[in-house]
Amino acid sequence: MSLSPIGALRHSGNLFAMALDVVRTVPRRPFQAREFIQQAWFVASVTILPTALVSIPFGAVIALQIGSLTRQLGAQSFSGAASVLAVLREASPIVTALLIAGAGGTAICADLGARKIRDEIDAMQVLGIDPIHRLVVPRVLASMVVAVLLNGLVSVVGVAGGYFFNVVLQNGTPGAYLASFTTLAQLSDLWAAEIKALVFGAIAAIVASYKGLTAKGGPKGVGDAVNQSVVITFMLLFVTNFVMTAVYFQVVPQRG
Amino acid sequence: MGVEICVEGLTKSFGHQVIWQDVSLTLPAGEVSVMLGPSGTGKSVFLKTLVGLLKPERGSITIQGRDITRLREHDLYEVRKLFGVLFQDGALFGSMNLYDNIAFPLREHTRKSESDIRRIVLEKMDMVGLIGAEGKLPGEISGGMRKRAGLARALVLDPEIILFDEPDSGLDPVRVAYLNQLIVDLNAQIDATFLIVTHDIASARQVPDNIGLLFRRELVMFGPREELLTSGEPVVRQFLNGRMQGPIGMAEEKDAAQVEQELAALVDRAPVEELTPRLLPGPGIPRPPRWEAIARREAALRANA
Repeated sequence: MSLSPIGALRHSGNLFAMALDVVRTVPRRPFQAREFIQQAWFVASVTILPTALVSIPFGAVIALQIGSLTRQLGAQSFSGAASVLAVLREASPIVTALLIAGAGGTAICADLGARKIRDEIDAMQVLGIDPIHRLVVPRVLASMVVAVLLNGLVSVVGVAGGYFFNVVLQNGTPGAYLASFTTLAQLSDLWAAEIKALVFGAIAAIVASYKGLTAKGGPKGVGDAVNQSVVITFMLLFVTNFVMTAVYFQVVPQRG
Repeated sequence: MGVEICVEGLTKSFGHQVIWQDVSLTLPAGEVSVMLGPSGTGKSVFLKTLVGLLKPERGSITIQGRDITRLREHDLYEVRKLFGVLFQDGALFGSMNLYDNIAFPLREHTRKSESDIRRIVLEKMDMVGLIGAEGKLPGEISGGMRKRAGLARALVLDPEIILFDEPDSGLDPVRVAYLNQLIVDLNAQIDATFLIVTHDIASARQVPDNIGLLFRRELVMFGPREELLTSGEPVVRQFLNGRMQGPIGMAEEKDAAQVEQELAALVDRAPVEELTPRLLPGPGIPRPPRWEAIARREAALRANA
């Protein structure tokens, strides 16, 4: 990988150009429904279990932190409110992003990369079929849909894990935990998190597809492409997360 | 009927490395041409440039009055429907079996019914001798079968131009002979324009109407088969005879003095060379007028000899 600034600029430009191509190609008929369903199923199957397993300890850590913090501040009645807020607003989109990029994105990148170096992509183009339309768009849409669904899964599992740790292990009061659920969090938090997940899913799939379709240099090239796609996706996702959070606080009025 | 491809002043480089420059040639409609060259002279790059997968820095490629190098992506996909390309390893889709691979272009581009598709696919599979292997995955079959399956897929849309990227690499001599016969038979049957990129001299001697040679970042020569086979040009002679003495070295090229010395020391410098007989379409294949003429010319040559 070249480290020259021009090379980096060119790659960013190409990545952005492909993202635009994807957006422009989405409405084109015929929609590749079969590929979309296969990919959605595939991405879901590689991400659901790890996501659930990651979100339990994630919810637990938040519950532990908030549990001890609220006790120190003497605000135990707010521990439920705070942990729901933390899981819903930050934890679930971040966990979703990590899993979509780490499990879904790498699989997409490796698959497309292997096809690229076997000349399958070239063959497809020569047969007059646009790989963006045939392969990339279904993957991007599938990863977006799965990300939205995963975000819901993480929220539920995270909140349930938080409840378990707070109430059972830290002797919190179940009633107070449940009653304070909606004192800070509101429905728009959930919507914001789902929109974040949607965007993260799109970014992860576009970066993975870009890196896969530009892989070169044999099997090692595919490995490099997967590696780079994860790193680039993570950087983009965390920056996007920050920007979207900042915008959210400006746009949506907060409670209390 | 086949389509003429007119290449004019084509130059391609990756970064600062020039692959080849100022390549000009015309692939005549309906004829078989071979592009020869030592490994690493950009033969495959040339082929990919012809179908618009790579953009050249300079020059033009004209097909049916349209310049491939200046087409928009969308129009390029239209023009590509004229092409059938056989990639080096067949480039079959790994997730589909052979039948689906070969049916793929039909399902994507035509509204034919499944029974029509089945008829066409089986016809093409029969042509390349793959009947009975429909359900196999590309990973389960030999390289030779992958190539033939790739060829069947390239044929399925009745292309006007067929490009072969090293059809003989990785095959044993017998299979290469069969494949060459298949190429000649195909040319007699479908009349498309053929371009074969290879470094197999035996095929180059037997199969084509025209031969080109890429060396040292340029097209050394392009012309009718007889002209190249009897040419005195040192690079052409060295390559067609597959010998070490000459301008082509192991790494890239040799210095001029050494080449002079080697060529002088070469005992066998017979100026007139036996012209290898041309491969003709098999007995069961009806010959179009073009091949009738070629067969008559060949017969006359044999009679004189």
